[in-house]
Amino acid sequence: MSGFSVTRFLAMLHKEWIQMRRDKGTVGMTIMLPLVQLFLFGYAINTNPRHLPTAILSGGHSQYERDIVTALANTSYFDLREYNSEYEVDRALARGDIMFALHIPPNFERAVDRGDSPQILMEADATDPTAIAAAASALQVIVPTALTRDLPPNLHQSVVSAAPAFTVALHSRYNPEQITAFNIVPGLIGTILSFSTMIATTLAITREREAGTMENLLAMPIKPLEVMLGKIVPYIALGYIQVGLILVAAVFVFHVPVLGSIPLLLLCLGLFVGCNLAMGFTFSSLARTQMAAQQMSTFALLPSMLLSGFLFPFAGMPVWAQYVGAALPLTHIIRICRGTLLKGNGLADIWPDIWPMALFAMVVGLIAVRSYRQTLD
Amino acid sequence: MTAAIDVKGLRKSFGPRKVVDGLSLAVQEGEICGFLGGNGSGKTTTIRLLCGLLTPDSGSGTCLGFDIIKQSEEIRLQIGYMTQRFSFYVDLTVEENLNFVAQLYQIPDREAAVKDIMVRMELDNRAAQLAGELSGGWKQRLALAAAVLHKPKLLLLDEPTAGVDARARRAFWDLISDMALDGMTVLVSTHYMDEAERCHRVVYLAGGKIVVQGPAVDVVENAHLVVFEASGAGIGKLVHQAREAKGIESATVIGQALRVVGTDRAVVEAAIAELKAPGVTWHDVPARLDDVFIHLLGTEEATP
Ligand SMILES: Nc1ncnc2c1ncn2[C@@H]1O[C@H](COP(=O)(O)OP(=O)(O)OP(=O)(O)O)[C@@H](O)[C@H]1O
Ligand SMILES: [Mg+2]
Repeated sequence: MSGFSVTRFLAMLHKEWIQMRRDKGTVGMTIMLPLVQLFLFGYAINTNPRHLPTAILSGGHSQYERDIVTALANTSYFDLREYNSEYEVDRALARGDIMFALHIPPNFERAVDRGDSPQILMEADATDPTAIAAAASALQVIVPTALTRDLPPNLHQSVVSAAPAFTVALHSRYNPEQITAFNIVPGLIGTILSFSTMIATTLAITREREAGTMENLLAMPIKPLEVMLGKIVPYIALGYIQVGLILVAAVFVFHVPVLGSIPLLLLCLGLFVGCNLAMGFTFSSLARTQMAAQQMSTFALLPSMLLSGFLFPFAGMPVWAQYVGAALPLTHIIRICRGTLLKGNGLADIWPDIWPMALFAMVVGLIAVRSYRQTLD
Repeated sequence: MTAAIDVKGLRKSFGPRKVVDGLSLAVQEGEICGFLGGNGSGKTTTIRLLCGLLTPDSGSGTCLGFDIIKQSEEIRLQIGYMTQRFSFYVDLTVEENLNFVAQLYQIPDREAAVKDIMVRMELDNRAAQLAGELSGGWKQRLALAAAVLHKPKLLLLDEPTAGVDARARRAFWDLISDMALDGMTVLVSTHYMDEAERCHRVVYLAGGKIVVQGPAVDVVENAHLVVFEASGAGIGKLVHQAREAKGIESATVIGQALRVVGTDRAVVEAAIAELKAPGVTWHDVPARLDDVFIHLLGTEEATP
């Protein structure tokens, strides 16, 4: 009996091989998934995002202003759109509709012509410091050249000499010191939650099926919705404990500012947990084995991580990937977390991120209940 | 009398395999109906069709007056189903499992009902034991307790006594008989002949069809089997010879006796006249239910 037996080893190998071959679905997924993911993320992820939405608050539509706008657009980092009031710009920045806001002071043209070297202000949403880094440096590059073509000859001199025609002040909003943790930690809240809650429910039904308890459960008078809620609610409670711990750590260890309402955030997180649990439950009903269910949830979690704006800037993704991202609850909860904690956003600001999650929870919840088979067929 | 189960022409296939093949069955209220048949003959599948766990490919019928296809929710409320495979939560105790079941059926006085059934099934000493740690026979008792907890009108038992000791089996059947007297209908699958004999009626399934049905005595009588037993020291040597003999369907040694079964009296008598050994004598004995079933199992194999 002692020592390594090749025969016994081969017997085990052979048995595993047979079992693997029988489970075609799982093997197929194991082979196909990496390929799908490779292409998905390979094309979607861009750490140097361009075409960032930028607001212009005009100081009086001068030629110089148009020059600056053209120069900015030419860098390809900024997609500019005119806004009419400070207030609108502020809201748009809070919601994340824009990442930059260019304020051109009134009488800008005259000040330039006088050689006063006036200052224009570029506000940046610094909740995601990496997303804006490249754009911010591109901004400084345009300063010396933007107006060259239209400046009166007497001022040309001053461009090359010490005083430039104008200067740009970059003002980082929300996260002035551009601390990366302020970006990562609120994002982590959603990410960690989606892992823990989804994996828990993914096994909920498959476990019953594999243990044989499903047959008995199905023969008893219990409705699909009762099964689903009964299985989900404990994990919502568990999810809240996790949220509490993460928030406490975020505030006291990582010193993430809390500018918004915590109860509102908790409510949104509850909705988010519901989304994930419904999704996990659906996988659980659809999958025949625990293995298959786990693969399905991995298939959902990875895009969530990569396309939600958690690790890579959302604005940097191609449009199709942004649509995929917008369908994922994680995308919205990350915006809500960053928004309420760092920007002090209220219900009105985060509403555009709440209803997609509510819709998701409803649709997927319905699918979950529907996919729960009441027979053994 | 009304029928607790009344189904006609049930069919169910898994892929190309016809598992239930045009089965019609009527079981009266208060009747104990034994469901017999070889392994894979479709007993479990039929029971699952009856309680709505599987949808038949064709056929129709009622359980307790409810349509088996459209009203399976109503059926679920009033039946007790004991699965062939143990299907309780191994990480819950006996009492917790029973409580769970009692709550699903919304039994009014839950605590008393659970306590009562535990006492009746002698499970009360093991109330706090994890179901997964019970021995095989005790698991069966837990499963039966759960199946009858809500006093169902129809009890579907799939091999309830597999692996249960003799005394507990007797207790099982006493309980089942009691409940049948109270008006409960029981459909019970089993491979034990003594249990089949305790049923009011047995239904024998082969290849998803009912081959024979009726009270056990009638089934034995209608089979018209000829059975002889030989006793004496030399029977061991005669077995193989007997199995080869023309007209003898089966020959087996049971304890001190060699038992041969056939269908044609003249042929069997001629055959045993050849089976001679010193000190061996032959007697004509009555057929038993197991002779009939072994005979039926044999004819199944002969007709593919
Ligand atoms: N889910 C399934 N998929 C495929 N085949 C099945 C399935 N369930 C049962 N069968 C097949 O149907 C046939 C009848 O099975 P069933 O379990 O009803 O037999 P049974 O009479 O209960 O047998 P036993 O006495 O061994 O319990 C078997 O051949 C079995 O292989
Ligand atoms: Mg069976």
